[in-house]
Amino acid sequence: MSATAWAWLVLLFPLLGSIVIGLGFRALPAKVAGIIGTLAIGLAFACGVAALVSLLGDQPEARHHASSLWDYASVAVLDIKLGIFVDPLSVFMVLVVTGVSTLIHLYSYGYMQSDEGYHRFFSYLNFFVFSMLLLVLAGNFVLLIVGWAFVGFASYALISFWYRRETATRAGMKAFVINVVGDIGLVLAAFLIFRELGTFDYGAVFERAPETFSTNEWSITAICLLLLVGAFAKSAQLPLHTWLPDAMEGPTPVSSLIHAATMVTAGVYLIARTHVLFELAPTAADIAAFTGLATLLVAATMALVMTDLKRAIAYSTMSQIGYMIMGVSIGAYSAGMFHLMTHAFFKALLFMAAGSIIAAMANDQNIDRMSGFGKAMRFTSITFVCGALALAAFPGSSGFFSKDEILAFAAARGGMYLIFTVLGYVGALMTAVYSFRLVFRVLHGEPCDEAQELIETGHVAHEAPKNPATGEPEDTDVGFPGAEHHIAEGSAPMRVAMGVLAFGALFAGLIQIPGVDDVVTKFLDPVWEGSPLAAIEPSTLADWEGLGIGGVIALLGIGIAYFLYVVRPELPGKLETRLRPLHTLFANKWYFDEAIDFLVVRPALAIGRFANRVFERFVVDGLVTGTAETVRGAGGVVRAVQNGFVRSYALLLVAGFAGLALYFLLSSS
Amino acid sequence: MNTEWFIVLSALLFATGAMGILIRRSPMVILLCLELMLNAGNLALVAFSRMVGNGQGQVFAVIVMVVAACEVVVGLGLIVAIFRRRLPLNVDDLRELRG
Amino acid sequence: MEEVLFFISALGALGGALGVIAMRNPFYSVLALIVHLFSLASLFLLLTAAFVAAAQVVVYAGAVMVLYVFVVAYVGGGGESAWEPIPFQRLLAPLLGIALFVELSVAVLSSSLLALGEDGPDVQAGFGDPAAIGRLLLEKFLIPFEAASILLLLAAVGAIVLASNRRQSEEAR
Repeated sequence: MSATAWAWLVLLFPLLGSIVIGLGFRALPAKVAGIIGTLAIGLAFACGVAALVSLLGDQPEARHHASSLWDYASVAVLDIKLGIFVDPLSVFMVLVVTGVSTLIHLYSYGYMQSDEGYHRFFSYLNFFVFSMLLLVLAGNFVLLIVGWAFVGFASYALISFWYRRETATRAGMKAFVINVVGDIGLVLAAFLIFRELGTFDYGAVFERAPETFSTNEWSITAICLLLLVGAFAKSAQLPLHTWLPDAMEGPTPVSSLIHAATMVTAGVYLIARTHVLFELAPTAADIAAFTGLATLLVAATMALVMTDLKRAIAYSTMSQIGYMIMGVSIGAYSAGMFHLMTHAFFKALLFMAAGSIIAAMANDQNIDRMSGFGKAMRFTSITFVCGALALAAFPGSSGFFSKDEILAFAAARGGMYLIFTVLGYVGALMTAVYSFRLVFRVLHGEPCDEAQELIETGHVAHEAPKNPATGEPEDTDVGFPGAEHHIAEGSAPMRVAMGVLAFGALFAGLIQIPGVDDVVTKFLDPVWEGSPLAAIEPSTLADWEGLGIGGVIALLGIGIAYFLYVVRPELPGKLETRLRPLHTLFANKWYFDEAIDFLVVRPALAIGRFANRVFERFVVDGLVTGTAETVRGAGGVVRAVQNGFVRSYALLLVAGFAGLALYFLLSSS
Repeated sequence: MNTEWFIVLSALLFATGAMGILIRRSPMVILLCLELMLNAGNLALVAFSRMVGNGQGQVFAVIVMVVAACEVVVGLGLIVAIFRRRLPLNVDDLRELRG
Repeated sequence: MEEVLFFISALGALGGALGVIAMRNPFYSVLALIVHLFSLASLFLLLTAAFVAAAQVVVYAGAVMVLYVFVVAYVGGGGESAWEPIPFQRLLAPLLGIALFVELSVAVLSSSLLALGEDGPDVQAGFGDPAAIGRLLLEKFLIPFEAASILLLLAAVGAIVLASNRRQSEEAR
């Protein structure tokens, strides 16, 4: 079968899974639903592999195929098809997405077991994977937007999965609204592209763009900036990032799938896919790169002081995606995509391990209350450390090879781009510090109560579930973090998933050792053909130099964290007091939420209130009610004629007759 | 005699009858005014019959008389029925059909 | 001679009409109408409509008015209150009456009927006789004649139904 046929199958299986589970939720027992869900994605992964094999059978230059099922609109100038585009980039994304998704489904099979909304969860999750695959495989901008919007919806549905929790629904709405802002940017970009180039199809757009636009023309810059708005909203970059920490209200598998490995990388994919347009608008590309850099640093500072485990990991995600955005904006396409892959492994793993720990803590996510889990949960802590090592770019781990490749590229590009390298290493230092801060805080030290209980009895105390943020009791009837808590040690599917990811986090870097093998780069190269930026290759020596510096920085960061949290645990407290203003700034997330509230939310609410009190009441109601009142008044006047008196009717009769006669007499004379 | 005189007289009687209907309140008297109007019409008919020279107008007048008699009969029956039910014999007080 | 008779009859008719609309007591209105009817009969005679005049006296003044008298006697004559519930009625009624009269007169008099201003054609001896009317009724206007008789029947039945003693319970209520 051709690669495109496999690609259609890739799309089909998750959709089927979602529909079957969604419609059959009464008929299917819970376990079956879980199996169907996981199997669907597993099959999709298998088809993705088959598509890869089929693609590899082609010559490198010919590895792009488009295929369409039917035409949406073939009118005059419009030609929109339900079409997919299969090339190394999309197959790469398909494999990453389906691979990590299968493992996460496996994890959820165990983790969500006692949840009342089990079926709903798997149906949504499958739908999400389908939408992400649609986004990635889309062959034209219209289908991209469709996938983009579906992904946004799926994210909303899954964030507010425990919908009786008010914090969760609010977080879901926040995520959706910010995503819609991004959608607007994307849609406007698509409109502009159509206006300038006359088509939505990827192949045609990328062919015509260099001919139609000269570098840095305002129209192409506008298109790229609008695309960036979409990318930033989806990938949680500054300033559209405020939804990501709140999105941690969703169940842990959701955080690990959507907000670590897949959805948030959609922005990176977008920029990589439209790299032709970005190369024509270097200004926009530079803006993207600087935004990525800023996000990287700001998020790292926030992760340093976060006390909520999942939110700390979320900020780490934001920071790492900053790396990726930076990478694909300055031209390190393959490096950026490789970092996307490794990040998917270790971030998903970190979330899974965190989920296990949080389950042991009875849904309490505050690391101030956690300690000593290293002894209580062996497997979880080992995998957690694996993930943290990869995140910190410990020499030899996957993160090591991927992150430093981006920074080496920036150095090779030279000139202004050295800033990225330098600040990128600063960010790497902070990354190492905060990731091992989490490790040492949570896993080291004296076991906390829950950990102690685990060590002694081997299972966790169950109390009535409470919302960790507000402390109010949860409504478990409908579909809630149930009373049971599932930790990795107790669930085989969870262990399998985490084990595979740990393996990937540690050893996936080996496929891209500079000078030895460049599996990913070689595979993705045909996509960037003709791009002047992609042609810049740092020399192997430069690569190894970069790796060396990166390794040193990682070890330094781990060392600092060890010092601060194990050797002298009282130091962080003292530092916090000394640097109180800085700490407050970081802990309050650089006041972004407050700024957006002030700049956007309050004016919107004020406009709404004005519209309601003034415009609605006087103008609209005035018109509508006024019309009704006028009619009623007129009716009242006319009604007075029907007074029931026969004599007045007779009077009207005679008067009418007299009038008529007068008229005829006058007109005939 | 000019036919004109008769016609003018007929018009005057008709107008008087109409005015009476508008002014009076007792159903009895209203019926009487109706009779006035009908008779005015009869007068006009007979006058025109004389003017034209054939008897058709007179036949018409006779039929009108028959109709007037029928109408009086029914109207008086109504009045008797109203009186029987002890309702006020006043056209202004019988006004339930109103909007 | 004719004119004198005309004016006397006209005055009688008018006076009767005014009496009908002006008298307080309905009984007096009935009497006024009887006077009016007799005047009208003499007017008919002036127009050589002998049969119509006779029918007017016998049927109208004789039968219909007697019926009226019976009902007035049964119902009784009450006065009417002075207060007028309908605004402008008392003002508009005479105005409209005058307007109606003027318009009708103008309409007829200014019409192009040429024969209006003259005396009628010479008529033969039997004009307006019962024989002539009868012949017309039974030959040319047979169907209106029969229809009129059916109407009379209906009216009679209707009057009986309206004024009958329906049920004892209704009376007692």
